Amino acid sequence: MKPMPPDQANAIFVARGLTKIYRMGEVEVHALRGIDLTLNRGELVVLLGPSGSGKSTLLNILGGLDAPSGGEVRYLDHMLTGASEAELTRFRREHVGFVFQFYNLIPSLTARENVAAVTEISKSPMRPEDALALVGLGSRLDHFPAQLSGGEQQRVAIARAVAKNPAVLLCDEPTGALDSATGVVVLEVLEKVNRELGTLTVLITHNAGIADMADRVIRLSDGRIAEIHANAAKKRANELSW
Amino acid sequence: MRALDRKLLRDLWHLRGQVLAIAAVIMGGVATLVMSLSTYDSLTTTRDRFYGEYRFAEVFVSLKRAPGSVAERLAALPGVERLETRVRAGVKLEVAGFSDPITGLLLSLPDQGEPLLNALHLKRGRMVQPWSTDEVVLSDTFADAHRFQPGDTLAAIINGKRKQLTVVGVAVSPEYVYQIAPGAMFPDFKRYGVLWMGRNALAAAHNMEGAFNQVSLTLARGAHEQDVIDRVDAVLGAYGGTGAYGRKTQFSNRFLSEELKQLQTTATVFPAIFLGVAAFLLNVVLSRLIALQRDQIAILKAFGYSYAAIGAHYVKLVLLMAVLGVAAGVALGAWFGQGLSNVYMETTFRFPYLDYRLDAGVILVALGISAVAAVSGTLFSVVRAVRLPPAEGMRPEMPVAYRATLVERIGLQRWFSAPTRMILRHIERRPLKSFLTVLGIACACGLMMVGNYQKGAIDFMVDVQFRQGAREDLALTFIEPTSGRALHELAALPGVDFVEGFRDVPAILRFRHYQHRTALFGIQPEGQLHRSLDSSLQPVAVPPGGVVLTDHLADKILHVKPGDMLTVEVLEGRRPVLQVPVLGITKQFLGVSAYMQQESLNALMREGNTVSGAYLAVEPGMEAELYAKLHERPRVLGMVANKAAIQSFYATIGEFILFYNLVATLLAGAIGFGVVYNSARIALSERGRELASLRVLGFTQGEIAYILLGELALLTLAAIPVGFVVGVGLVGILVVAFQNELYRLPLLLTPENYAMGAAVVIVSALLSALLLWLRLGRLDLVAVLKTRE
Repeated sequence: MKPMPPDQANAIFVARGLTKIYRMGEVEVHALRGIDLTLNRGELVVLLGPSGSGKSTLLNILGGLDAPSGGEVRYLDHMLTGASEAELTRFRREHVGFVFQFYNLIPSLTARENVAAVTEISKSPMRPEDALALVGLGSRLDHFPAQLSGGEQQRVAIARAVAKNPAVLLCDEPTGALDSATGVVVLEVLEKVNRELGTLTVLITHNAGIADMADRVIRLSDGRIAEIHANAAKKRANELSW
Repeated sequence: MRALDRKLLRDLWHLRGQVLAIAAVIMGGVATLVMSLSTYDSLTTTRDRFYGEYRFAEVFVSLKRAPGSVAERLAALPGVERLETRVRAGVKLEVAGFSDPITGLLLSLPDQGEPLLNALHLKRGRMVQPWSTDEVVLSDTFADAHRFQPGDTLAAIINGKRKQLTVVGVAVSPEYVYQIAPGAMFPDFKRYGVLWMGRNALAAAHNMEGAFNQVSLTLARGAHEQDVIDRVDAVLGAYGGTGAYGRKTQFSNRFLSEELKQLQTTATVFPAIFLGVAAFLLNVVLSRLIALQRDQIAILKAFGYSYAAIGAHYVKLVLLMAVLGVAAGVALGAWFGQGLSNVYMETTFRFPYLDYRLDAGVILVALGISAVAAVSGTLFSVVRAVRLPPAEGMRPEMPVAYRATLVERIGLQRWFSAPTRMILRHIERRPLKSFLTVLGIACACGLMMVGNYQKGAIDFMVDVQFRQGAREDLALTFIEPTSGRALHELAALPGVDFVEGFRDVPAILRFRHYQHRTALFGIQPEGQLHRSLDSSLQPVAVPPGGVVLTDHLADKILHVKPGDMLTVEVLEGRRPVLQVPVLGITKQFLGVSAYMQQESLNALMREGNTVSGAYLAVEPGMEAELYAKLHERPRVLGMVANKAAIQSFYATIGEFILFYNLVATLLAGAIGFGVVYNSARIALSERGRELASLRVLGFTQGEIAYILLGELALLTLAAIPVGFVVGVGLVGILVVAFQNELYRLPLLLTPENYAMGAAVVIVSALLSALLLWLRLGRLDLVAVLKTRE
């Protein structure tokens, strides 16, 4: 592995000059207009911004679900820009955990099996039972999604995302479909994962109240980084309210 | 254009793959219907026109010999409109370069003017010149088989005397559209021919000057056929009349009617099966398709569209699909119909022309059935979707409740990976849907088996008939019943291994009000060549003193059972009416027969050891020499060689079967692909989000394809044995529906039938899987993160 510059020794993602242009028929939409960003090991980063600010596009590019129109993005020593579809699939499989707004559990599999579906194809995963215990669902292993509440379903989704021991956890509005009390429980789980496993956690929200639990808050506006703000004293999730 | 209609067209375009697949299913059903019905209509219309234009007679009678003056008495009988007498002669024919025995029938044409009845349609050449002595017109089948052209010559043995004949024309007669040599099972155009020559010349050659031995007549308006027949028989009894009969019994017409009846059965049974299956599939596919539009229906309702408007919208959607399918089906069916009509025209129905017609009613029927099937399949789903409150409809459906499947609960779960469990639980979660999918695929398999069933069945029938029952190499008939001593002469001929005599007596069999005109067949009780078979197809001796009937003749025509007393009205000699007990039933797939012991029959007829003909086993390689010897014997009239008969049978029906197989394969293939592709495509719509989620989580395209296609593969494999059962059931329906006097189909499926059924399903599944694989490559992964289901 080639040596890294000193300021990037801890970097997981390094993005330089990222742009993304969608062609919607005859209109060009500039979703990202030049993003420079470094995300480090163990950080909990909140991406904040209104609809259309480009935060989801950025997350998708970091997660290997989308390719930028310009610029480059690197994961550790792998260049994601220009990688093939098969390489991106392998990247997601081995290094990235996703948490979706609508959980996206497989309804025909139990909580344990939803996690197992991912651990079965990973190199050095946790036991599904341990992952579920981590999110506080050690007693609901054999329940199907239809038998779980929304908050519980989202915690299963988090367990599924972290069970493969990913280097990065990408969460797109993980509390968006939940009430605030349930949302706090989910955030506590994310906080715990970040603290105990040291997983770089990137969390998208348009809810400024959540920003207080982050190490860094990146505010996006109109496809550009408007502000990067490090929390001197971050709050615990259970101190949040919105 | 209204917005909703625009949505309709866009939806159709968006769903074009499925629309085409559904249209293909409808097309398959409609094409069979249109093909069969239009062919039936065309042949019936053509027959009626041909019979009318060429003055086909209504009552026929043969006799030994009557002086010309008797004709005037007959013509004067009440109920007779037009009457014509003829001379007819059974002859042996000689064609240069063809050594097989050829039997012919020579009929007289009036020397002056057109025939009053049974006129000829000249295809080539000209009619015989008045008073010519050697000119003949040939039936077109015989002429075509030997490539006779006007000007060619052939020879006939008429009444033991050889006569050189010159061909002047080739013609078709309404009386001999279907030609079979007496005693033969199948038409053989090379070895049997009908010829017409001038009356004067034929009468001179056949010792019939100033006399006649055949009468045809038409009935006056309002005359009752049976009354006229009785009056004619009363007059001709003294002249050796063998009993007058109507068109219903006339040989060619009877066979044509039977063929048409079968075609009508085909036109009912096959389309009923195909359209029934198509309707069922349409129903399943559409109801699932509409169920997927749940959120759109909720939005339309939220906008304030009425239930009726929404319902009409979806009904229009499916009707457009149905119309597309019907249009394609009618076009394809008409094309197949013309093909089928032409195949019929070349093999069975030798009409001079064909009026191909496609009745508008047929199209309406197709449209009606398809529309009902499509709409009923849709309405249920639309009503269910429309009933939901809009807010609920727009919310995602609750995650459906799953549970561990039976195989897992009994402890096999550790063998299954998560994807495999997904497959199993998905199938078990919706047992009805899975069952219907299996049934749909099974139907395609079954249809394929029905379409390919005929070939094996015919092989089997021919095997039973000619290798179990009628095992003789050669059957010959004498000019008239002869002493059994003639058999010794035959046995002494070179090349003859074995001889068995038979006696056949034309007769009408009656039981209660049922009757059938046939012949009593006297065979040898322990015969080596010609044997009767029991229900397990084992040879069984005919018992003395009574008659053994073919199962179909006993059960379906005469309604008798062993022990009953049959009334037999003999049509030969002194024409006695006798009571004969039914002693047994014999199994026969081709034709129907009434067997007795020859001795018993001789006793009934109060005659000594008398035979009408003989069955011969011929030493291989000696055929040509033996034929030549037999040909020279004046008392030997007709000969039928079994091997040649079977060959010509296969040559005739081969093309027909090929055509039918092709059509059935195409249609079953279309239906099979339609079902499998739609099932898979809908499964993808239902589970696309789930699969895309897994892709995001790092599953490869191959791994998610396993989940989707694994289910398809499992259902397809499960459908194959079910399809075999469906196939056997459909063939069973066919066997029952096709029972007739000419043949009964055996319920017999060959390994090839099963293989073809499975093949159509597997090929459809592979093709669908390929198309689905391409679609899986285009799953939108990003959308999954943002949208709920």
